[in-house]
Amino acid sequence: MAAKTIISRPIYGTLSPQPGKHHLFIADAEGALAITDMAGKAPPGFFDGAEIVFIPGREGKHIAALEALKPAQLHLPPSFASLVPRLRQTLTNAHMGLRIYLAGTEGLIGQAMQVALEAGIDHTSMQTEHRGSLARRMQCVHCKGITENVTTQPALCSHCGLLLLVRDHYSRRLAAFQGVCINAEDRSENPPMEEAFP
Amino acid sequence: MSTGTTKLDVVVSDVVPVNDLVTRFHFRRRDGELLPTFSGGAHVVVEMRDGDRTRLNPYSLMGSPLDTREYTISVRRDDVGRGGSLFMHRQVKPGLEMVISYPVNLFSLDLRAKKHLMLAGGIGITPFMAQTSQLAGAGGNFELHYTCRTASLGTYADVLQQRYGNRVKLYHDDRDERIDLDRLLSSQPLGTHLYVCGPAGMINWVRDRAAALGWPSETVHFEHFAAPQPGAPFDVTLAVSGKTIGVGSQQSLLEAIEAAGVDPPYLCRGGVCGQCETNVISYDGKFIHSDHWLSEEDHRSGCKIMPCVSRFEGKSLVLER
Repeated sequence: MAAKTIISRPIYGTLSPQPGKHHLFIADAEGALAITDMAGKAPPGFFDGAEIVFIPGREGKHIAALEALKPAQLHLPPSFASLVPRLRQTLTNAHMGLRIYLAGTEGLIGQAMQVALEAGIDHTSMQTEHRGSLARRMQCVHCKGITENVTTQPALCSHCGLLLLVRDHYSRRLAAFQGVCINAEDRSENPPMEEAFP
Repeated sequence: MSTGTTKLDVVVSDVVPVNDLVTRFHFRRRDGELLPTFSGGAHVVVEMRDGDRTRLNPYSLMGSPLDTREYTISVRRDDVGRGGSLFMHRQVKPGLEMVISYPVNLFSLDLRAKKHLMLAGGIGITPFMAQTSQLAGAGGNFELHYTCRTASLGTYADVLQQRYGNRVKLYHDDRDERIDLDRLLSSQPLGTHLYVCGPAGMINWVRDRAAALGWPSETVHFEHFAAPQPGAPFDVTLAVSGKTIGVGSQQSLLEAIEAAGVDPPYLCRGGVCGQCETNVISYDGKFIHSDHWLSEEDHRSGCKIMPCVSRFEGKSLVLER
């Protein structure tokens, strides 16, 4: 569970059914369980107006549990990047009364929120629930490259190769934590890399 | 004196009757300089010196924020109120020197919105006059739905239709025209923000429907200045300053506290901004809460009161002032 450290570090809640005409769920991996857990609290017919977008990952778990909720649509994209054009299209055509629910890894929640923010939805208007890995999406503040699924502290920038301190400083605009060179003064200093975000 | 209430010395530069109930007042700075910048939805508190009595009432600025040579407000005459609007209508003439507060905005546009949907009722049109000017100047996307009793009481309806054409939709009570609110709210593009200003009943109706139809609370903005209501006189003890004072039937609790020489913070004087929130130390009686600031829980608790608009009936009231 993510702990609040500094003000920009996102914290996540527990999905709960909101009043609305349409409901869009975006989830990956264990995020499916946040949806099925919430389903118990939802009023009858809630999923008749719901679209669930679920990125199952390699193991392909939880699909049957989501099918059992009988949402109006269940969409299973192979990756988040491949989902983005369709998601943008959905939001462009949507009306007020659509509610957004994001569940799963921080990387998924942050990137889906980034697309929804561009569509004019306030981040506080979205329901979020973190499930699964604590791996971080990190931006190197030096070369601006993004490194996905960072689990260590410090971590190597996958673009420029600098050794970065993964900060709690988070950017909603970029959907990434900020990584800052940890040995800028003396590049021969190499603090041990530890598993910090399992 | 009080938070954010730096004063402006102004002179009334024009007084224009708009219709049977509404008169517009223009203010310029006495020193001839430009007035401070403001944004659409801002209000000023106007000091009305009426003999030995001073009333302070908030009014929305209705001119274009792009023009700060003058401020304009429109005042609807209220024949049964505490007399502030009657003073404005009867006593305020061009050339009169008055004092107003710096503008404060508690009803500002959220400029992140993809579209602004505005709902006005009656004199609640005034903040939208400024907001539509601001948005039109920046190419903003807005739509205004304006309910008035009759065409002749549709203050500025003609001006707005001339300026913005079919972006303004009028509804006349006497022609039985009603907003199809659920349909309107359900057909707005994602990213729309909703603004409502008008009578309390209208605001509550719109807020309730918007919430039920899935509008997040961050997208629903409203402003209702509760004018302080007259009521039975009552006594109050100010524990910090060690004074016991009487509140007259035509006086607000805040005005009575100020008349006793105690200077609590204030900003809107309409139960909206929260500045004058006051702790109750003890009471024996019943509160008449009229504000939009405290939660229902706060109202029930008997621990807090907004002295700008709320009153008290009973044996004793002790405030932390």
